[in-house]
Amino acid sequence: MAFVKNIVIAGLGGQGIVKASDILADAALRAGFDVKKSELHGMSQRGGSVTSDVRYGERVLSPMVPPGEADVLLVLEETQVAINRPLLAADGVLIGPDIIAPGALRNRKSLNVAMLGALSAVLELPETAWVQAIHANLAEKLHALNEQSFALGRDAAVKGAVGQ
Amino acid sequence: MTERLLLSGDEAVALGALHAGVRLGTGYPGTPSTEILEEFDRLGGRAQWSPNEKVALEVGIGSAFGGARTLVTMKHVGLNVAADALFTATYTDVEGGLVIVSADDPGMASSQNEQDNRHFARAAGAPMLEPSCSQEAYDFTRLAFDLSERWKIPVILRLTTRICHAKTVITPQPPVQGLREPSFRRDIPARVMIPAFAKPAHHRLRAKLAAIAEWNEAQGPLRIDEPERAADSPAKAGSPQGRQGRAPLGIVASGVAAVHAREAAPDARQLTIGLTWPLPLERIRAFADGVDRLLVIEEGDPLLVESLRGAGIGAEGKPEMYRFGELNVARVRRIIAGDRTPEPAPPVGKPPELCPGCSHRGVFEVLRDLDCIVAGDIGCYTLGVLPPFSAMDTCVCMGASIGVGLGLRHILPEEQARRVVSVIGDSTFVHSGLTGLAEMVYNPPPTGHVVLIVDNGTTAMTGQQEHPGTGRALDRSPTEQIRFEVVAEAMGVQNIHIVDAPRSGQTGAQQLEQLLRTLLAKSETSLVIAREPCVLAAPKIRLYEKAAAELRQPSSCAADIAD
Ligand SMILES: Cc1ncc(C[n+]2csc(CCOP(=O)(O)OP(=O)(O)O)c2C)c(N)n1
Ligand code: SF4
Repeated sequence: MAFVKNIVIAGLGGQGIVKASDILADAALRAGFDVKKSELHGMSQRGGSVTSDVRYGERVLSPMVPPGEADVLLVLEETQVAINRPLLAADGVLIGPDIIAPGALRNRKSLNVAMLGALSAVLELPETAWVQAIHANLAEKLHALNEQSFALGRDAAVKGAVGQ
Repeated sequence: MTERLLLSGDEAVALGALHAGVRLGTGYPGTPSTEILEEFDRLGGRAQWSPNEKVALEVGIGSAFGGARTLVTMKHVGLNVAADALFTATYTDVEGGLVIVSADDPGMASSQNEQDNRHFARAAGAPMLEPSCSQEAYDFTRLAFDLSERWKIPVILRLTTRICHAKTVITPQPPVQGLREPSFRRDIPARVMIPAFAKPAHHRLRAKLAAIAEWNEAQGPLRIDEPERAADSPAKAGSPQGRQGRAPLGIVASGVAAVHAREAAPDARQLTIGLTWPLPLERIRAFADGVDRLLVIEEGDPLLVESLRGAGIGAEGKPEMYRFGELNVARVRRIIAGDRTPEPAPPVGKPPELCPGCSHRGVFEVLRDLDCIVAGDIGCYTLGVLPPFSAMDTCVCMGASIGVGLGLRHILPEEQARRVVSVIGDSTFVHSGLTGLAEMVYNPPPTGHVVLIVDNGTTAMTGQQEHPGTGRALDRSPTEQIRFEVVAEAMGVQNIHIVDAPRSGQTGAQQLEQLLRTLLAKSETSLVIAREPCVLAAPKIRLYEKAAAELRQPSSCAADIAD
């Protein structure tokens, strides 16, 4: 099958997992790829485990990342790392929340976008696509804060040589 | 460049409906269907929540009889509620297209069962379309209206959770033009289903289905993918030899299972069916003739495979273990391999629980402490079944709390009967609790009964939708509010109390506890309404109320003058 990139974003309800996957999928769309993303949501209540699958490439078929085939597993909450690890491919990259230094973020709510910044260091999506996607998916008053968080996450990943 | 949009299946249906010229969308919230009407409203369409799915469909039937294209949305179990209307609506002639969305939930991400609503198409005689991605959700919505109008028949668009909530890329088409304006045209034999008219109407229905089957054979939405022998020589795919040669494996599939199958078996020849009822059996037969092994990949019940076998097409289905839960690429690979070994357990995450500060918490602490036998219902409050409350003993379907509670009261020994309480949410009460209340008044058990409405001012479970008890319509504009205490009084309930839902572990609990003790000791019928807004919805409710108050200001002046 033609090239498909598989990313799973995991964390707890209320952390903005779905928003993060919306931004990632939108960035891939803007970069000209076919994209599918999927997660199970429905329960309003907060706090349960959430995972969201994003796949992009020339042509994507199933909207779900098959277990053990994620190229990247991005986890926003330490307790969710172990349970989701089986989703990762043998040569896949795990990015955990420890990549963002405690206290580094001006607002902890933008952790999801900071993690996308870290993710951007291992995906080949153009920076403009990311910025446009962040703008399109967040209210204007949040743009500056989230762009900062994104840059912070990206730097952290580059310095930490994630995926090398 | 053509416009490319990344839409969920639900959003794609809403856009498709808008572009198909839908005049009215009705429905009742239910995961995974809820976002369709919300999006249709956001896009500028006219959408409204009904008290339940049956009413939504009835309003839809009327609208379609009046000549308007009409969309009715619900989750799979909603179609059970609407089934009475559906099974006779198919006998009638609709004037404007009538499309019913059934959003099924294989795997029960957020449902009480995983029933397969493809059965309804067969049982009610309704054509059914099943998209496999958002593009098809958009295209099939538009097609459904065309088919519905051409044959004057309600059409079911069946989605599943992974179609509703997955986002995939779509390219929209220009909206339809030149639909006729709604206007009443009398056609008594086609719309009044007394036996004299219903008998010929049933024959007409079967003739319509036969004609639609013929259309499906000739030009129904159906795709054949040729084997992709090698990923690096795509030119071969679909080549004339490929098309004529026999394929070792042929797959027949529909819905999201079709894309899983295509990914799992790129080397198979695959037939993906869009209009899955009535089936294009001759096209399937021709496909079957060109393959050595014919395998049906379907989620849920073995319906498609049984239909093919019934038509004499030798098809192989999946082992029984794959009837349960959703399919995915890994499971389809196992089905193809005939693998019946136990599957690896999926990761067990942290289950959902009532939000911190949720108003249901305090109520369930009281019910637990009183050791009540709780006939429960469906909504966020169903989580009262889990620790630390463990205070729910039954939960079957929406509204069942009242009937089940009454049944227990009738039959249990007195000391147990006196502990039975029916607990029901506000949205659920309007949906299907009113008739339960009538039953309580009409056939009161010897020990009486206590119904407790946990009124948090919203349909929280499905993402905070309005309902007739909130005083706001789908678009949050103010409308008449049904007051439960007034309804209960009119029905003849003997004791009616409104209390604040207690804060978890706080003093309000004593008040509710005392009240319940008193009512449980009486042999009378009682309704307790415990009020406290859902903490997630409360800030928004305050905003809506403020907006409504501002709106009322000038208009109430005008009313004064008019008086
Ligand atoms: C027939 C049917 N329609 C829809 C649903 C989806 N659903 C489950 S509970 C519920 C309503 C919940 O609202 P409410 O009773 O007010 O309780 P809350 O979640 O606010 O606590 C809905 C719409 C369903 N399970 N069955
Ligand atoms: S969404 Fe509202 S009703 Fe549901 S658990 Fe949270 S606070 Fe409670």
